[in-house]
Parts: sequence; C-alpha cells; structure tokens
Amino acid sequence: MTRITVTVDGTKYSDEVEPRKLLVSYLREDLGKTGTVIGCDTSNCGACTVHLDGTSVKSCNVLAVQADGHEVTTIEGLAQNGELHPVQTAFHECHALQCGYCTPGMIMQTCDLLKNNPDPSEQEIREGLEGNLCRCTGYHNIVKAVQQAARQGHESGTAAADGSPAETADAEQSVGATA
Amino acid sequence: MIPASFDYLAPTTVAEALAALAEHGDEAKVLAGGQSLLPILRMRLNAPGIVIDLGKIAELQGISEDGDELVIGAMTTYAAVLASGAVSTHAALLSKAIATVADPQIRHRGTIGGALVHADPAGDVGAPALALGARYVIAGADGATRTVEADDFFEDLFTTAVGEGELLTQIRVPKHTGWGAHYEKFVRVSHQWSIVGIAATVRSEGGTIAEARVGLTNMGSTPLRAKAVEQALVGQPATDEAVRSAVASVAEGTNPPSDLNGDAVYRKHLASVLTRRAVLAAAGA
Ligand SMILES: Cc1cc2nc3c(=O)[nH]c(=O)nc-3n(C[C@H](O)[C@@H](O)[C@@H](O)COP(=O)(O)OP(=O)(O)OC[C@H]3O[C@@H](n4cnc5c(N)ncnc54)[C@H](O)[C@@H]3O)c2cc1C
Ligand code: FES
Ligand code: FES
Repeated sequence: MTRITVTVDGTKYSDEVEPRKLLVSYLREDLGKTGTVIGCDTSNCGACTVHLDGTSVKSCNVLAVQADGHEVTTIEGLAQNGELHPVQTAFHECHALQCGYCTPGMIMQTCDLLKNNPDPSEQEIREGLEGNLCRCTGYHNIVKAVQQAARQGHESGTAAADGSPAETADAEQSVGATA
Repeated sequence: MIPASFDYLAPTTVAEALAALAEHGDEAKVLAGGQSLLPILRMRLNAPGIVIDLGKIAELQGISEDGDELVIGAMTTYAAVLASGAVSTHAALLSKAIATVADPQIRHRGTIGGALVHADPAGDVGAPALALGARYVIAGADGATRTVEADDFFEDLFTTAVGEGELLTQIRVPKHTGWGAHYEKFVRVSHQWSIVGIAATVRSEGGTIAEARVGLTNMGSTPLRAKAVEQALVGQPATDEAVRSAVASVAEGTNPPSDLNGDAVYRKHLASVLTRRAVLAAAGA
C-alpha cells in the first residue's frame, strides 16, 4: 500500500491505496464520487474524464498514486453553491444527452476545450471532443451545447470554462474551508 | 480490468531511478505518462513486479535550446511540446505530427519519450523524429550517458536502442528553422492510429525544393526514412507533376503490414499518394 494525499473537488484526502488502483476506481470506490463513470476497457471512450491540475485526463488511464500531491476536479465539483456550471446548464438546455452515460466526460472535456479556445468553430468542437464517444450518437446536440456555453462565456465576459487552475484553486479552497 | 499487483516507486532524480532499475532488474518497468503502459497492464499483457514512475523527476521535463539543437526532456508531455513556440519555430514537423496523436486527454498525459521508447510502428512520433535526424541521450546503470544517432535508435517492433536498466533522458532535435512541414495521417475514422502516415519537411527557395526530409509511419516494423526520395526532390519545382514523379518510388524496399485496414499493396499505394500530398503541403504549394 502507498499513502497518497490528493485534493478532490476542493477537499483534501489522505489514503492508503494499492499502487495498481486506477484513479477512477479511487474516486468511485474510496471517495464515493460515482459521478465519474467507466465506459470502456481501452481508454477510448472518455466517459471517465476528470481534470488533473486543471487539465483533462482519462481517469481510467491514470493510477491513483500518480495523482499524489495533485488536484482533481470531477463532474461533482463543477457546480458552485448549488448553481450549475454554465457548461452543465448548456447541456441541460440543449438536451445534449440521451441516456446520459457519456455526459460527465463530455462536460469535463468541454470545460477543457473552452478554457483553451473560448470561441471554437464547429470543427474545433468536434476535434476537441474526439476522445469522447457517445454510444447514443447524440453528437449534434452536444455540439450545440458547447456552442451555447461558449456564447454565454462571451456575454458574461468570463470563460464558461472555469476549472482553469487559478479559479479552481480559489473555488476549491472555499469549498474545503466550509467542508 | 485492473492491473495485477505491483510495488511502486516514485524517485525524484534520474540517479535514483537508475539505481532502482539496477536493483530490480527485469522485474521493473518504467512508467512515464502511462498512456500505452497502463492499457497494457490492465489487459495483463505484462505484469511487472515493480513500477518505477518517472513523473516526479523534474530534470526530465522541459524544452530548451542548445546551439543548433532543441533539447526535449523525455518526460515532456505531448501538450507541452504542442504549446512550445521553440518547437513550432525550429521543428514544425514534430508539432504537426503530435497534433494528430490520439485525443486531448491522452496528449495531456502522454510523453514524447514514452512514445519513442514504446516504438509502436503505427505511432506518429517516430517518423518525424527520424526525418528530423533527432539524437537520443540514454543514461545507464553507472550513471554514464551515451548518445544514439537517429538512424540507430529504432531496432525492431517495439524495440529501440534503450536497453534494460537504461533510461531515455533527452531527445536532441536539429533545428530546421524556416522549413515548411506537414504530417499526412491516413485514417478511416477519427481518433484512429495511422494506417499510413507521412512526415515531410521541406526547405524551399522560391518555388523550388532545396532540401527535403521524409519519414514513413507504419510502412514496416520501425519508422523509415525515404532518403532516395529526399534526393530526388532536391531541385524540383513544388508542382503536382514534379513531386508526383519524384516520390513515385517511395514504397520501394518497404515491408508494410497487411491487416483489416488494408493490405501491404494498398499501403504501398497510399504511401506514394500521401507523400505527394505531404511534400506539396510542406512546400506551401
Ligand atoms: C486511446 C488511445 C489512442 C492512442 N492513439 C495514438 C495515436 O493516434 N498515435 C500515436 O502515436 N499514439 C497513440 N496512442 C499511444 C500514445 O501516444 C502512447 O504511446 C504514448 O503516450 C506513450 O507515452 P507515455 O508517456 O504515455 O508512455 P508509457 O505508456 O508510460 O510508457 C511506454 C513504454 O515506454 C517505456 N518508457 C517510457 N518512458 C521511458 C524512458 N524515459 N526511458 C525508458 N523507457 C521508457 C515504458 O516502460 C513503457 O514500456 C494512443 C493511446 C491510447 C490509449
Ligand atoms: S472509461 Fe476511461 S476512457 Fe473509457
Ligand atoms: S447520451 Fe448515451 S452515451 Fe451519450
């Protein structure tokens, strides 16, 4: 067993884990963060996408021990003070889901995409979500939701993609302080 | 699936990592970004007794310039290479090829060193590194380093000059400042490995090709360099007709695989079509 210290969704955890434990299993089984799901065995589908130090990764392809000393944000950490994150709202309003299984990963990858490119073209959206598969094939509305989130980011003058390292750090500290 | 049990070490210096490798011998496996190794462990195609994680070794990360070479630390991620102005200015071919690898999530974790040591013949980093004449700094158990020339690095399927107990520490890429570059990757669906990929970089003078470098992905058990085609391109105008005839023989002497995506004959045909496209795009035509 190896001791790791990880900040997840603003709360600091210190746990003994088996080195072979995948980050996604640590999140789901040890921390109960079942919002992050597993959709494949080959690291192709992207359903398990979370942010590690503010950038997107497939948590089925990272060991929990590799997250030691780092910060993880999951889909459960996006809403702040009961307010959905703008990307979550856009997915809801554009009906960007059918069964919803791919949605946590799609939303986490969308945040990453908009952080790097606040005004993506349709082609850039499709390429930015290349590592996220929707088994229900509802890509059309997913693209619309990303476009709506991008527009809202412009109107409010803030990137819809917080989860940028600086902003996450602040948000998470306050969550941690009240937890 | 989850991997079989293993012990885990996360050294913070190259010296510590080499000592651990020496101590554990063939029980040990090095972990870089894990984007090839973790799927292999999860499918239980390999079950090392101990995994040595290079993720905490700061000296293996980062990009610097040393005279007419770019020096890229083995643990530099794809994303960091893509974000580097030095790489896009002096070795644009590398940026173009890496932009086609996998997806953003995997490019955030995967490292250039891991990709090169893994040496998958369908991987997109080997051919551009070979075409650019990259050299490889390898550290051994006694702490001494040696430098391997571009043509000697890739030995066979999944096999490079990096031996057991050794670590790749740096990739040294000769600057190709002002050269145009293009990576033409042929896939049937998005997010697929190259069926064939062509890496081309060209120095043009007026409309004429003054120098060219061409690397081939998935046309044999290792990345290949098409030196005869490079010679044939020198002095040619960057026109469809001239380039078509200069690259026609690009697949000569290659031994590409036959699989569900295409047989060897089809890959040879693809290679000449894609090389023409890649060279013309690199020449800005
Ligand atoms: C879904 C998916 C899609 C992909 N698509 C593509 C694609 O389109 N094109 C492509 O080129 N690749 C693709 N890849 C593969 C990917 O690019 C990996 O090959 C690459 O990330 C490996 O680098 P790594 O740092 O993750 O290495 P790891 O997986 O950690 O290691 C790979 C191997 O190299 C060894 N190693 C690593 N670093 C060193 C070192 N410094 N010294 C000595 N040995 C070392 C390890 O022991 C291991 O054997 C894909 C992967 C996935 C999961
Ligand atoms: S579960 Fe991680 S990519 Fe499919
Ligand atoms: S909504 Fe069902 S997998 Fe995407």
